[in-house]
Formats: sequence, C-alpha cells, structure tokens
Amino acid sequence: MRLLADVFLLIGAAFACLGALGLVRMPDVYTRIQAGTKAVTLGALAFLIGAALLFPQWWAKLLCILGFILFTSPVSSSTIARAIHLSGIKPWRAPTPEASGQAPMSPQAAKPAEGRR
Amino acid sequence: MTPNALEILAAVLLAAALLIALLRLVTGPSAPDRVVAADTLTVITTIAIVGLALLFANPLYLDVALVFGVLAFVGVVALARAIEGGRS
Amino acid sequence: MDDISADPRPSIGHYLFSVLVLALLWLLLAGSLATAELIAALAVGILVTAIAGPRLAVLSGVRLSPLAPWHLLRYLLTFFTALVAANLDMARRVLSPSLPLRPALVEVRTRLRSSLGRMLLANSITLTPGTLAVDIRGDRILVHWVDCPPGTDLDRATAAISDAFERHIRGFLE
Repeated sequence: MRLLADVFLLIGAAFACLGALGLVRMPDVYTRIQAGTKAVTLGALAFLIGAALLFPQWWAKLLCILGFILFTSPVSSSTIARAIHLSGIKPWRAPTPEASGQAPMSPQAAKPAEGRR
Repeated sequence: MTPNALEILAAVLLAAALLIALLRLVTGPSAPDRVVAADTLTVITTIAIVGLALLFANPLYLDVALVFGVLAFVGVVALARAIEGGRS
Repeated sequence: MDDISADPRPSIGHYLFSVLVLALLWLLLAGSLATAELIAALAVGILVTAIAGPRLAVLSGVRLSPLAPWHLLRYLLTFFTALVAANLDMARRVLSPSLPLRPALVEVRTRLRSSLGRMLLANSITLTPGTLAVDIRGDRILVHWVDCPPGTDLDRATAAISDAFERHIRGFLE
C-alpha cells in the first residue's frame, strides 16, 4: 500500500516539475499557460490520490482540496488568457523563412512541423 | 512519518518544480508571463503544503493548504484583472 | 461576464439543491457525521442559501432529473480520460527538443444556454489536449489551440474540441 502511494506521490511531483519545465521552455504566453495549468493540475490529482492512500482517514478534506483545484485552476488560467487576449497580444507563430518577425525563445523552435512523432 | 527514498525523491522533484517556476517568475520578460508563473506556483505550493501534512502526519496542514488555495485563486484573478487594464 | 443576467430565476428545487450541496460541503470539511455536525450543516446550508437568494441564478441551469447523476458520472469519466491524455500530449511536446507547436486562435460553437454550463464547458476545454478557452462571447467560445491543423473552420473545430463534452454536459446542465 505504501509503495502504491509513493508511486502516486512521485507521479504527482514529476508532473508538477514537468509543468514548471514547460513554463520555461514554451515560446509564448498562451502556450505557457497551457503547459503550466494542465501538467500541474494532473500533478495535484496524482499527489492527492497518493496522500489519500497514505492517510485514508483524511479523504474528505483531500477531496475538498482536489475538487477546489480542479475547479479553480482552469478558471484562473482562462481569466489570465482572456486578460492577455484583451490587451491585444497575438499567439506566437512558428517562424517561417520569409517572416522572421518574432524571435523564438529557443533556437531549436525553428521547425515545428517536422518534429511530430 | 519517516520518509523513504521514493518520498524524498518526490519532495526533491517538488522543490525543483518550485525553483523552475520561480525562475520564470523572476526572468519573465512581460507582466503576463509573471502572472502565469505565479498561477502555476500557487498550485505547486498547495501540493507542497499537502506534502508537509504527510511529512508531519498532521491534518491541520490540509486546512492551511485549502485556505492558501482559496486566497491564491482570488489573488491570481485580481492580478489578471489588473493586467487587463480596464480595456474591454 | 455580460450575460449572467440572462439566467432565469431559480426554482424551489434549485434552492433545495443549493442547501444540499452546501451541507455536503460542510460535512466534508468537518469530516464527521455526528448529530451536531448534521444540524450545523443544514443550518449553514439554509443560511447561506437565504443570504445568496436571487443571486443563485447561476444554479438555474442545473437539470434536476433522476438521470442527471448518471450523466455527471459519464462526464467525469470522459473528463479524467481527457485530462490524462492532455498531459501525456503536453509532456511529449515539452520534452521533445523541436517543440512541435502550431498555435492558433479558433472559435467553437456551443448550444448550452446557461452560464454555468458554458463555464463548465470552458473549464473542460482548458483541461483537454492542447486547447485553452480564452473568451466567451454569446454562443461562441474563443479557444487557443496548440496544434491547429491548417484550414480549420468553425464546424470542424467544434467537432474536434467540444462535442464530446457538450453531449455529456447537456445531460445535467442546460
């Protein structure tokens, strides 16, 4: 039981770390919101399941925290996205050879279409 | 509760997540970037407080996590409205 | 934001629903089923509902039918599947060195009429693979899509992003 709980805790922490990594690697604000919100929300889900497996008597309060995070995290990210949209920021476009307007954050980001496997 | 190796690894990963998100908060080129980083940081912090509850085996920390989550949500929404700048 | 006032007034059933949900929340927070807690939960539920009163118009979208819990369960199942898929997808994008992104803003049409339903749909869109709800105007939801195929129009975006959720949400919200 403890091993299963630890695996869930580890998955949760790993997804939180992945979300933070996405926050740093993504090229513009919209994609950063996406990486941040999604990965961290699933990380919270897995971590709280792990906590509930370690201490089953806390399930009620953990369920409250989980429901709260699942409900508010998309709301706050949508609110930020709306604010950004209203202040007139356009989404990042993959830089093409003829239009090299915005500089990408990382030099490897130059050819987004080929990298899909 | 004494943590075993897996739990210590989870704690280290959480700390790394906090540091990386903090990096974006500090370096973020524009104000919206910082708000996004703050939003992510609050959720990671909530998870970390639940981790503290596990470490000290004390359910009081769960209340702390819940209240922190509520206040952080309100704060992030207020920040978002602020960068919107009254235009609509 | 702008069409919350469009919700009709809640019925007596919706007030009862609100009392029940608040009492349940109180019991979850208290974490015990003692008689005193049950009485306190009901008292708090009634008090908060009475104070909120007519502002509970957001709840008027809730369908109070016996089949609603079943649809809610189906929705949650779809939602959690999509959440896990979203994260595997996002993890692949973050970790692959070439950052495979084709971001664009697209519009999605919704047939949900209540603001609660639209908000839940927008939340679901935000937590599913590669999409982020940006704004709601009338029956259109503006969505930021990380991997937008070229030549996407309104109907195709609706089919790809929101149809699966909307079908389930319509079972318990208007």
